[in-house]
Amino acid sequence: MPSILTYAEHRDGAPRRASLEVVSEARRLADQMGGGTTVESILVGVGVAPLAATLAAHGADRVHVVDARDLASYATEGYARVVAQVISQEKPKVVLIPYTAMGKDLAPRVAARVGAGLVSDCVKLTLADGKLQARRPMYAGKAFGTVEWTGEPQMATLRPNVFPLAPADTARKFETVTPSVEVTNQRAKVTKVEATAAGKMELSEAQIVVSGGRGLKGPENFHLVEELAAALGAAVGASRAVVDAGWVDHHYQVGQTGKTVSPSLYIAAGISGAIQHLAGMSSSKVIVAVNKDADAPIFKVANYGLVGDIFEILPKLTAAAKASLAGRK
Amino acid sequence: MKIVVCVKQVPDTEARIRIAPDGKGIAENDLNWIVSPYDEFAIEEALKLKEAKGGDVVLISVGPDRVHSALRNGLAMGADSAIHMKDPLFDTLDSHGTAWTLAAAIKPLGPDLVLAGQQGVGADNSQVPGMLAEILDLPQVTMAVKIELTDGKATVQREIEGGIETWETTLPAVLSAQKGLNEPRYASLKGIMAAKKKPITVMDAAAAGLKAEDLAPKTRIVAMELPPSRSAVKMIEGDADTQVKELLRVLHDEAKVL
Repeated sequence: MPSILTYAEHRDGAPRRASLEVVSEARRLADQMGGGTTVESILVGVGVAPLAATLAAHGADRVHVVDARDLASYATEGYARVVAQVISQEKPKVVLIPYTAMGKDLAPRVAARVGAGLVSDCVKLTLADGKLQARRPMYAGKAFGTVEWTGEPQMATLRPNVFPLAPADTARKFETVTPSVEVTNQRAKVTKVEATAAGKMELSEAQIVVSGGRGLKGPENFHLVEELAAALGAAVGASRAVVDAGWVDHHYQVGQTGKTVSPSLYIAAGISGAIQHLAGMSSSKVIVAVNKDADAPIFKVANYGLVGDIFEILPKLTAAAKASLAGRK
Repeated sequence: MKIVVCVKQVPDTEARIRIAPDGKGIAENDLNWIVSPYDEFAIEEALKLKEAKGGDVVLISVGPDRVHSALRNGLAMGADSAIHMKDPLFDTLDSHGTAWTLAAAIKPLGPDLVLAGQQGVGADNSQVPGMLAEILDLPQVTMAVKIELTDGKATVQREIEGGIETWETTLPAVLSAQKGLNEPRYASLKGIMAAKKKPITVMDAAAAGLKAEDLAPKTRIVAMELPPSRSAVKMIEGDADTQVKELLRVLHDEAKVL
């Protein structure tokens, strides 16, 4: 039976949203392929079997559970070997992995091990004559490439926050299987994990992002962006200019040499819109720009534009957003 | 210690991208080429490690003649020598082919450490370091923001969503550089002069023991286009109070994102 295999990343006892997006997309493709194409997911870790139900609810028919003490925390080689073994056994037509920090690390190693063509950071998958075609941003979103595979498995990593989540159906039937795989020693391993900016939302996963730029005039004013983000339940971003000037840490940077984000709502405050910034956020669904310069390039990609003084607009927006969101709850 | 740094030459990040007439790539005429910014972090880290521990930094790049300028840049920063992998067979490589080509050049050098940028700006695949590690059968740590070497081991910090992982790996290993690892130095005039005398070895596929069938691409770009244009901006006028009120209304009622 033809199959599509997905890698299910999990954290804190639950599959990550990006993994569920990947399963949802696999289900959509499998139904379109027909011929009884199944969706198979692979879960690696310790005590992970209960997570299979959530994967099944979003579309998995079978979940391969690899429960091994040596794989309790992520390590590239051990995980890549396990995934490669399941691929060799199942011979899926398609392998889908989330383009997260883990997926980005894991997928190339698996691809090299099984000799599969790999297309990174896909934003759309389509089927033509039973073969997959992927669309992906290149040159940091300044162009889009359509890519095909010359053989199978067709392996792809999918950009988080882009593929829609299928509604969960907890009544879906599924089975759990334990593949027979060899677990090997790891030469590189994680010894510690620390949370950065504790309690703050992660940029690449956020549904709303508020970013600040040079228009804020100095690091002492960056709190205006942080306060608006807090009021909206949003993640905080920044332009390269602000990061290079040392106002905020580099992990806030949105753009070509920073993070790529595609939230439902992106608010750019005091960001002029240099081409390398636009590259990191132009796939956002709705973009709001607030800038004092009506000719700023950011308005060319924005859906809604406000020309004005950010020092006046941001606090008012924060206050109004708090009041309005509180009123709706 | 011997450190190999993989260097990719890419279009300037400020460049305006145009589509090639065949619609399958970008127009390369008039482009300004630079060392991929992430590879600059890798070169800088190699030089810092060399300054601290002594050793030899070898740059490797795959591509046409123009990559010489990228290699000269790295030599001017302070690398000792460079290898240029050049062959018509290398013109159509995908990440697999690139990784196999780099691996063929690296293996005989027996390095203690292989460094590369976490992705080549432009193609943005972020695949070669991991593939290279697998082909060379070395451990890997990608997206490094801090690297420390002690007693044949590397301690590496790596960025993940909302956190930093600390990894420990045996050496040799493949490490890929993320922004935040360091601030790359500028080449000094003395460095630029010295770079002119440093050796660049040119190696073709046959010399590296690579055959056409090893390098056949497993993926290919069938179309390339500019991003779809976004709908025209709707400007929200009025004083700040009016603007804020109207913005919240349209985000809620029209765009339905709040």
